[in-house]
Amino acid sequence: MLTFLLLIPIVTAAALFLGNGSRSWSKIAALLQLVVTFLLWFSYDKTKAGYQFVFATEPLFPGLDLRYSVGVDGLSLLMLLLTALVTVAAVWFSPKMAGDKRAGLFDGSVLLISAGATGAFLAKDLFFFYAFHELALIPTFLLIGFWGSGERQAVAWKITIYLGLGSIVLLTGLVDLFLAIPAATRTFDLQKLQEIAASHVIPAAAQLRPWLLLTTGFGILVSLFPFHSWAAPAYACAPTPVAMLHSGVLKKFGLYGMLRLVVPFLPQAFHQPVFGTWTAQDLLLAALLGNIIYVGLVTIAQRKLDYMIGYSSVMHMGYVFLGIASMNFIGLNGACLLMFSHGLSVAALFAITGVLREREGSLNFERLGGAAKSVPFLSIAFAMAAFASIGLPGFSNFASEVLVFFGGFKEGATPFLKTTTILALWGVVMSAVYMLRAYKAVFLGEATASSLKWSDLQGGARYAFALLPIALLVGGFFPHYVLGFLKPTLEAALR
Amino acid sequence: MFAPITLEILVLALGFILLLAESFSNSTSKRSLAKIAIFCLGWVFAFSFFVESAPAHPEPGSFWNFYSADTVSMVFKRIALLTTIIVLVMALEYEAVLAKNIPSARTGAGTGEFFILPLFTCTGLMLLASAMDLVMAFAALELVTISFYVLVAYMRGSHTSLEAGVKYLILGALSTGFFVYGITWIFGLTGETHFAKIALKLAALQGSDTAILFALVLVLVGLGFKVAAVPFQSWVPDVYQGAPTPVTAFLSVGSKAAGFLLLLRVLEPFLGVAALSSKILLVLTVLAGATLIFGNLAALPQNNLKRLLAYSSVGHAGYLLMAIACVGVAPSALGSVGSTVGFYLFAYLLMTLLSFLILTIASQHTKGEEIQHFNGLSRRSPFLAFGLLVAMSSLAGVPLTAGFYGKFLVFAQAVNAHQWTLLALGTVTVGAGFYFYLRVVAAMYWAEPTDSSPIHVSGLSKFVIALLVTGIFVFGVNPKPVLAALQSSPAPLAATAH
Repeated sequence: MLTFLLLIPIVTAAALFLGNGSRSWSKIAALLQLVVTFLLWFSYDKTKAGYQFVFATEPLFPGLDLRYSVGVDGLSLLMLLLTALVTVAAVWFSPKMAGDKRAGLFDGSVLLISAGATGAFLAKDLFFFYAFHELALIPTFLLIGFWGSGERQAVAWKITIYLGLGSIVLLTGLVDLFLAIPAATRTFDLQKLQEIAASHVIPAAAQLRPWLLLTTGFGILVSLFPFHSWAAPAYACAPTPVAMLHSGVLKKFGLYGMLRLVVPFLPQAFHQPVFGTWTAQDLLLAALLGNIIYVGLVTIAQRKLDYMIGYSSVMHMGYVFLGIASMNFIGLNGACLLMFSHGLSVAALFAITGVLREREGSLNFERLGGAAKSVPFLSIAFAMAAFASIGLPGFSNFASEVLVFFGGFKEGATPFLKTTTILALWGVVMSAVYMLRAYKAVFLGEATASSLKWSDLQGGARYAFALLPIALLVGGFFPHYVLGFLKPTLEAALR
Repeated sequence: MFAPITLEILVLALGFILLLAESFSNSTSKRSLAKIAIFCLGWVFAFSFFVESAPAHPEPGSFWNFYSADTVSMVFKRIALLTTIIVLVMALEYEAVLAKNIPSARTGAGTGEFFILPLFTCTGLMLLASAMDLVMAFAALELVTISFYVLVAYMRGSHTSLEAGVKYLILGALSTGFFVYGITWIFGLTGETHFAKIALKLAALQGSDTAILFALVLVLVGLGFKVAAVPFQSWVPDVYQGAPTPVTAFLSVGSKAAGFLLLLRVLEPFLGVAALSSKILLVLTVLAGATLIFGNLAALPQNNLKRLLAYSSVGHAGYLLMAIACVGVAPSALGSVGSTVGFYLFAYLLMTLLSFLILTIASQHTKGEEIQHFNGLSRRSPFLAFGLLVAMSSLAGVPLTAGFYGKFLVFAQAVNAHQWTLLALGTVTVGAGFYFYLRVVAAMYWAEPTDSSPIHVSGLSKFVIALLVTGIFVFGVNPKPVLAALQSSPAPLAATAH
């Protein structure tokens, strides 16, 4: 079942590369992926801990427990749902390229990015978890470099080399972590690793080095300050579906990895000093404050819609890291839910941005205005996504941010954690400032001559888009329902 | 079941028969020679799975004292056979270029040997894989090198080929000199030429540390030339660029595999000298670091794809040396240094031969080997472009390709041995690698072609390209068949790590 889910985008992509397939192929593949994910979601037994729908081959490495194995628990299922929802939207928001011979290459590459994310989230083996994520690297490179806008080639180089380097640091960290586990119990199986982690096999003194390597590696992939400079330009220049999938889904891989490996295996490293009295946790807090405050200010200063949303996406990663840094149940819950919510809301924002870019070449705020008259649907859609992104009650972003902030004040929180949380609260105000200003600049005020000629969003794209805010509202009104899926995983991670 | 030596004899006999047939035949086309050779080598490859194993305790003075047929040797023999087959396929594609650069080719003379000499190289490589004795190893290495002298300078009408030939001859002879001098020092110290006996004698030697170290350094210099380690790499770019492309491919794979195999075999006895092991590791670490940095950074500004691949070959020698610099540490769960090197070489074979094969085919249509000549290749031949995309991704180390698995094993060795300096260097160079390998991809996919006529690829080449692409993916996901073969034997390679 899970392998089938993974094969849907891969096989379709291969068919698109080889044949003269059309957009409808990837639409069918994306819908099929969504249907299968829903089937999994509703047949998943959330009362049980551990992985379900497991499939594993024989070991692929002599004398070592490394195999192609897939399985999902609540956390990976939530991420798969995010992937499937964003993929459907991304396919429908792909630019029209009828008649272009290379449309197959474009659509196939988009599906491969989705396949990379799907593979990483359903892998139950450390090696494939890592390998599938990087599968998305080459399609991203091709897509941004050829079909992007603006400084597309420079940006494509930057993201590829940055992420390539991050992946190698991560690989070093993974091997270091693997070798820190006592030889008798070494395995690549994530479920067994989870059980091993629960018995605290790695002595506290040996935890810091893998912690630093892994957090740096994952941090680069998630654009943690000061490794964030690749992200915003890449998203601003990337073709719409790439920006949606990369910022919405693929970037969550690093956070997912933090929750899967760093939190359960290296909990004591958080409180070990790195420089003088600065503990590892303090370093992480300082970095994420960089995301929230510094990048927040940078976001406010942006004059172009696409760059602004790119930077806002970097900024919000700070909140997820805050949830993780708190290292308590409620904070981790918030982090997980925020990964889901942010993925949906940022994908929605990039979808609308892409449509606007098709209508108007430049997304400079000064050249836009009053578009609400001619494109009411786009206007409402953007408003929904922007409100979600700010964290308005009713959207699941609100629920998750509240959980993150509670996590930061729970007993056991260090003074620095509390201070960080208070400062992070101001980030919400900043989000409101830049999002509302952007909304005003684009949709309200005096209509520009060109905006009156815009056509509104039509047909299937409306429905594909609607999936995202609907999921956000469900998560916002029934967070308990979603969190129920996460409970066993997170409890196990903190044991 | 055959005696293992039958394989070498078959290849050698095939070479002689084809040489004779060539000189007596009147046909002007020599293509059939290559086809016969490919066909026969395919059979030898198949035979290699049906050979007897070596006796556990050979009689003194018998043949088995300097020739082994353990599984590791067999893996390397198969690598040699496979490489030769693919090189011959490449040579078939290259025939038109060859004929243009050989004055006598119009009369039908002078191209036949190009398809036959690789057979002798192959014999040398196969013998080298089995050599348990320094003299035997040296003789085999010379068979490889001398046939390369001819092949590199084969295009008599081309200045670059002749220049490459002269450079390779002079530096090759020099390195041979160093290697032989090293062997004489080893013999002088121990009175033995057999690897295992040298190990015993060296471990028992007292008070001649400097002499031992000197002997090792001489051997390292000699082999450093073969594997293109820095600072012995200066011949590589010019020779790679000037030599006929199939020969370049053969050099970069065959010569490197031979060098590394011999390096592992020769290092083993020296590591047994406890007092010296830290010094030896330091030498290896410095060598590995320099090679990593130089190979990968010098590749950055290259615009000629053959030169790029030449520097990439130096860079990959760096990763291999990085693994070798971890010998002497207890092996981790991820396998010994020997199996890591073996797997890396195998992956390197797949991706390098794939790049060179596509380069051979495409450069005849693009009229050049600069990267810009590959602009828009994806429009002209999506198949070739995809093949080169896979090869470059694998060389850069993108997961789910064989090249990534090789790097993964190397980095795992380095973490296990706490080689943090080399790891940091390796991280930087992998980043550099992403740039220069993907430049080729960018040219193929981002840029527009100047000439958009489609490129025709022959059936045999299509088949080989498809096979290599499949191999890169299959062994990138499931490396077990190769690793199991490399690990199952307790003999030389696996033992090196202890």
